[in-house]
Amino acid sequence: MQLTAKQRTRVDWFLTILRVAALVLIGAGLVAFVAQVVDSNNPFARWANPDAINLTGRQFRDLVVAGLAQGAMYGLIALGYSMVYGVLGFINFAHGEVFMIGAVTGAITSSKLAEAGAWEDNFVLCLLLVVVLSMVVCTITAVIMERVAYRPLRGKPRLIPLITSIGVSFFLQNFILVLLGPGTKTYPRMPEWLTEKRTFLEIQGTRLLVLAAAAVAMVGLWYLVERTKTGKAMRAVAEDAEIASLMGIDVNRVIVKTFAVGGAMAGVAGILWGLLFNSVLHTAGFLPGIKAFSAAVVGGIGNLGGSMAGGLTIGVAESLGPLVILEPLGVSGPSQLRDAVAFSVLIIVLLVRPSGIFGERLPSEERT
Amino acid sequence: MTAVADPMAASTGDTVPETVRRRRVLDQNWRELLKVGAILMVGQVFIALSGMPVSFDRRLIIDPILSLGYLSLLWLPLVVGYAVGREQALEGMMAYTKGGREVLAGAITGVLGNLGLTLLVVGITHFDIRDPLVNWSPQLLELLEFEQSVWFGALIWLGIGAATGAAGGGLHWVGARNRRTVITVIAAVSSAAVLESVITDLAQGFHIEAVANWLYAPKRGLTSPAAAVVAGATILAVNAISALRARAAHRLVSAAEASPTESGSTRGGRLSPRRLAGFALTVAAVIVLPLFLGRLTNELLANVGLFILLALGLNIIVGLAGILDLGYVAFFAVGGYSVAVLTSPGSPRFSPEMPWIGALFIAMLLAGLVGLFIGAPVIRMRGDYLAVVTLGFGEIIRILLLSDWLSGTFNGAQGIINIPGVEIFGLTTVRGFEPRSVLYLVLFFCAIAIYVSWRLENSRIGRAWMAIREDESVAEAMGVDTVSAKLMAFVTGAVLGSFSGAILSAKVGSIFPHSFAIIVSIVILVVVIFGGMGNIAGVIAGAAVLIGVLGGPNQPGLLQEFAEFKILIYGALLVWMMLQRSEGLIPSVRRARELHTDELNQDAWLRAQADEADDASNPGVLDGQGPRP
Repeated sequence: MQLTAKQRTRVDWFLTILRVAALVLIGAGLVAFVAQVVDSNNPFARWANPDAINLTGRQFRDLVVAGLAQGAMYGLIALGYSMVYGVLGFINFAHGEVFMIGAVTGAITSSKLAEAGAWEDNFVLCLLLVVVLSMVVCTITAVIMERVAYRPLRGKPRLIPLITSIGVSFFLQNFILVLLGPGTKTYPRMPEWLTEKRTFLEIQGTRLLVLAAAAVAMVGLWYLVERTKTGKAMRAVAEDAEIASLMGIDVNRVIVKTFAVGGAMAGVAGILWGLLFNSVLHTAGFLPGIKAFSAAVVGGIGNLGGSMAGGLTIGVAESLGPLVILEPLGVSGPSQLRDAVAFSVLIIVLLVRPSGIFGERLPSEERT
Repeated sequence: MTAVADPMAASTGDTVPETVRRRRVLDQNWRELLKVGAILMVGQVFIALSGMPVSFDRRLIIDPILSLGYLSLLWLPLVVGYAVGREQALEGMMAYTKGGREVLAGAITGVLGNLGLTLLVVGITHFDIRDPLVNWSPQLLELLEFEQSVWFGALIWLGIGAATGAAGGGLHWVGARNRRTVITVIAAVSSAAVLESVITDLAQGFHIEAVANWLYAPKRGLTSPAAAVVAGATILAVNAISALRARAAHRLVSAAEASPTESGSTRGGRLSPRRLAGFALTVAAVIVLPLFLGRLTNELLANVGLFILLALGLNIIVGLAGILDLGYVAFFAVGGYSVAVLTSPGSPRFSPEMPWIGALFIAMLLAGLVGLFIGAPVIRMRGDYLAVVTLGFGEIIRILLLSDWLSGTFNGAQGIINIPGVEIFGLTTVRGFEPRSVLYLVLFFCAIAIYVSWRLENSRIGRAWMAIREDESVAEAMGVDTVSAKLMAFVTGAVLGSFSGAILSAKVGSIFPHSFAIIVSIVILVVVIFGGMGNIAGVIAGAAVLIGVLGGPNQPGLLQEFAEFKILIYGALLVWMMLQRSEGLIPSVRRARELHTDELNQDAWLRAQADEADDASNPGVLDGQGPRP
């Protein structure tokens, strides 16, 4: 046993070094950034990165807003991860693919609507229709997925549904690929009044729309979970499925509803992706899916408000991180490292605070 | 498909024990049939619209009769027809009767399912929704109509559905032994067709081209007489083997009865002389055969070997220690890139132009360090967090290799080219354009990996890994140092993964970041799970079947037509394996031995008894079946 104790301290020691190194790097990056902002000829800023470019206040604000808009989208996807994790205790890897299916549905329906000439004339109505349709398709996908792939695995060790969900994820991705072909599916042009930067603080209208839509969806979800009977049942199942079933709750039904709600949120997020990026590919779901999972972990998995906050954090971090921390440290081409920054946030959060920034409880900690 | 069978079993649950109640032909569970038929319909329409029939149509299985394209539309009704006819027989509770019921059930679902194709034929002629659905095309219509009229196509598919579904249901009718024969014949004929290029190649190597010419229409699959001969030979072989097996099972059972205490332990420990002989033969064949094989086959086998190597490494992490590492590709990348940087004169910043073997040692060292570095932070995380974090590490490494920031060393997206071959003590050089030499190099490292895995599995650390896999807290309580054991698993797996990276860079001669995408990790994982986690033979078989037939993420397999559908199939296969057979194709021998010695013997005995019962009774007659022993 003595050997064990010695080994443990050695690993712990290594982990402490890693934690400190990560924090020191972030700190140094921030200090260098502040030094740059104060004076771009500042000796510290020069030392860290001789050809530092200074971010203007406006660029900074644009980055933050872009990050928030993407983060809101991640947050909506993260809700699906978080809810399923809360109820079933496993990571539904394929949830990112549900989001992608929503974005693809939106692209197809909106371009059909544009062909019919309705998109330009009645933008708001069309957008509503597209959102509802995408929510319906995503809900159906999520429910079928649960029925076919996950229900038979109820009660198996946690890694088995996880591996299954990886399979489902790649199946869905390629399902869309073979049915719809490898080409990019584009959204029709957004109307002028939305894209131009004339709204308050000169923020692009689409980004405001995305933030507003995410907020509406979030409020709806909050109402569902906290104020309705269904939500109560969901929380009860998340707390303890066995006891919930003893209290007369149909656990299977609650699980289906959880998947449905998660799917609907992913559907909304899919349309937001379309608004932000205007095009979608069959692979578009994977990385946002993983990032949304990171968001759920950062926010404390199983905690819905935390998921949204985590999403915003990840969005802002991946938008700002490269230019605020990496660039002042002299990393060239930092924007290519966006995805790496998002993953690093996940790793660092799990290293420093494994229960997430906003998380207090890990509901399924004792489940096996 | 268990859900299909349950209600049927329930509906006859009130039978008196040991009484034979025969079910009439129309005694069906109609709702269930409708449901399964509808699911089948969706499946058939999906297969048709996925483009498989059209793009597989060029590839023939049996020369004028059957193409892979039509096969892709035929197999599902057959399988579903079989599944829907299945009936649960509870030993001692309910006697199993067979009859026309299964055939009718299969036929009905088959017709319902292919109704989808009929609707598709009519739909394509009347509407055009080619915009989202790329395969809603005239070619598909032509194929579905058999180049005849619309109505011919619409009706013939209903007939085909009835026939294939009934054939699937009929598999229950013909008895267990004949069923096995039929399935083996189908498997043998299709593998003979799939292996066309290998067998032709082999025949050329042995200068018996005549055989290959007779077997295969050039590039067009088996000829019809050859298919008939293969089928006949398979039937003979199956009969001979099952007779042998029945005798062996009898011997095993009687030995177990004679000395019940030793029954479990006789097969443990050392290899029996027979297995040793088999092993020696396999080794000899593996060493000699490549000499007789052509370029393409050797190339294919080298790819398979590369994935065997990767899968053996991942098997240590996932299969033995039970750590789900989704970023295994990171170690593959570290191996490949360190060898590339160290040996290539074209590497931008640092180019010592070392010999390959020296670079390999450094690559191993680096991979081990990376394994430690990735392993240490994740080792205490719960299994599912660990999976995502390792995936993140895998992606980070790929992004870094691709980035401008490190392009001074790794040359970004342009990759590193001009990697020299492997010089072996001045004797010979292994280069990518000589697949045979690459194959031998791969085989050498596979042998090392197999030996290492085998020794580790039976060592102290191997047992510690397996204990951790089964239950970590119990293992810790028993005094296993879980942290260092898990780190050891990471490091060992990483070093094995770096081998294949090093070979890859020597084989291809250049290396690019896009070869190390996430999908590589996933494909390796599918190989390990498909073959059987924790079992060396299973992993090798998994790699041979999957990579050999379907191909790796960037490598073509025997069925090159599948390129587009590869990942789709891998995904579906992973789900199916988890749902139906999570222990894999060849489950870990140790676990099987520990858990099911008695069951295994009993199974063999039951099978032998069933075969004898089949021999005794005439399988085609309805009334000839009494309750099974």
